[in-house]
Amino acid sequence: MNKSIFKITPCFEDIMPDEYKELVESDPFGKGLGVSQLGTYKELLEEHPLCAGCGLALSLRLILASLPNPEDTVIVGSTGCSALAFPQVALHNIHSVFGNQNAVASGLKRALKLRFPDKVKDVVVIAGDGATADIGLDMVMQSWFRCENITTIMLDNEAYANTGGQESGMSPQGTVLNMAPKGKKFPKISMPEIARESGCAYVAAISPAQPKRLEKMVRRAILTAREVGPSYVQIFSPCPTNYKFKPQEMVARIKQREKEGFFKSKEYITTEAQEYLAGLEEGKKDE
Amino acid sequence: MLESKYQVLVGPEGYLPPAAASMGVTLPEKGQALVEGSIVSEEEAIEKIAQKILEAKNPFLFPGPLLLWDWKEGVAEKAKAVKELADLAGTRIIPMPDYRPKYPMINPAVEINPNHPNLTIWHNKIDFCLFIGVHCHYANVALKIIRGGTDCYTIALCGEAGHEDAMISLRDVGLAQLASLTEAVARLKGVAGK
Ligand SMILES: Cc1ncc(C[n+]2csc(CCOP(=O)(O)OP(=O)(O)O)c2C)c(N)n1
Ligand SMILES: [Mg+2]
Repeated sequence: MNKSIFKITPCFEDIMPDEYKELVESDPFGKGLGVSQLGTYKELLEEHPLCAGCGLALSLRLILASLPNPEDTVIVGSTGCSALAFPQVALHNIHSVFGNQNAVASGLKRALKLRFPDKVKDVVVIAGDGATADIGLDMVMQSWFRCENITTIMLDNEAYANTGGQESGMSPQGTVLNMAPKGKKFPKISMPEIARESGCAYVAAISPAQPKRLEKMVRRAILTAREVGPSYVQIFSPCPTNYKFKPQEMVARIKQREKEGFFKSKEYITTEAQEYLAGLEEGKKDE
Repeated sequence: MLESKYQVLVGPEGYLPPAAASMGVTLPEKGQALVEGSIVSEEEAIEKIAQKILEAKNPFLFPGPLLLWDWKEGVAEKAKAVKELADLAGTRIIPMPDYRPKYPMINPAVEINPNHPNLTIWHNKIDFCLFIGVHCHYANVALKIIRGGTDCYTIALCGEAGHEDAMISLRDVGLAQLASLTEAVARLKGVAGK
């Protein structure tokens, strides 16, 4: 992004809506800010139409605050609840047809490498569990097999939330939803393990109940994708609307699932990625 | 050349009005302009815009991103000329800072979005609007929605080839055309004031 064009024409400063003025005055671009500084700068997610207590909304806020290079990041989204928030995101983002997100991201990353050979441009897929583990699984896994330099982030609300509550491959066995009245008959898909075996150099599972750890994982995933190979982060983001709990109980719900042993944060890193990340993280300590 | 019989008139024309181009309205050549679907001289169209602005009860200008963001040389100058026009004609200004399909989260009192421009027009009871600095593809979408669902008179001051879907459209608009329009408004105001 060329920040020199990010200026309001002087005689129109008085009529620009506040959100744009705030973004120009206290943007996070190029400043190396992160989750700890939330509240001190203008966030990249404006007012959004997601439900109160939506786990996905909190995860998205944290992901955006964790991007190592927001001004040169392009996000590829897919149909689903998160697609409703993307119009309020002040970053380049592309909406792809449901399930196609990793194919679109692969092409985009390759084009950006050709167009900007001397610049780092991060391509990050952010999509739902239905888009990632069910309908788009073909495109997701093929992009991993091909070792594309992209990061895939799944917002796992364990349902097809946007279409009124069908079970997804990521719903736990036995889950009863509005449109899964008889209960799900098979267990949750082990996506982190599938990712590890399919060529991802960095894999993590986390939730917004641990914001600092989430930040670290998102950064590691994106940095790994730049140099080593594809990366995958799965973020458990419970849905109060479809799982019928109170909005204020979202984080408690994650902790309860953790306590019961149904949700575990994890990290798989290949030796090559480990060495690469250690080098970067070591360098950072020296600064 | 066959002239289209279709007139681009103030709405509401109904849900999904046709694109004027599909009804045979063609874009003007250099030095010409469009008034309600017919090709006229640029001077005639400028005079008509000035009349319409002054007749309107609640006229607004809608500057788009090409004018709101100071992204290249010459923009600030053009913006100043637009502001002068607004001050003289007594119109208010509501910006269209970008084209994100913000929905349903816009504040129609302070912004207009090309994907549902009708919200801003209804909320502010706008009966005349002038688009300037809006990229052509989004101007086309917004102008059609306005004609379909509101009774607002639309003007498009275009830096490129003009817009069939506006009731009046100039093409190749630069500082010279803006100055002529401001001058026409001043002159008509003077006449009206006598
Ligand atoms: C090709 C295609 N198939 C089906 C749909 C219908 N559809 C819209 S959203 C959605 C479910 C999305 O589920 P998920 O990816 O988990 O996102 P969530 O809404 O839960 O965040 C489906 C099936 C569609 N829009 N396009
Ligand atoms: Mg889902």
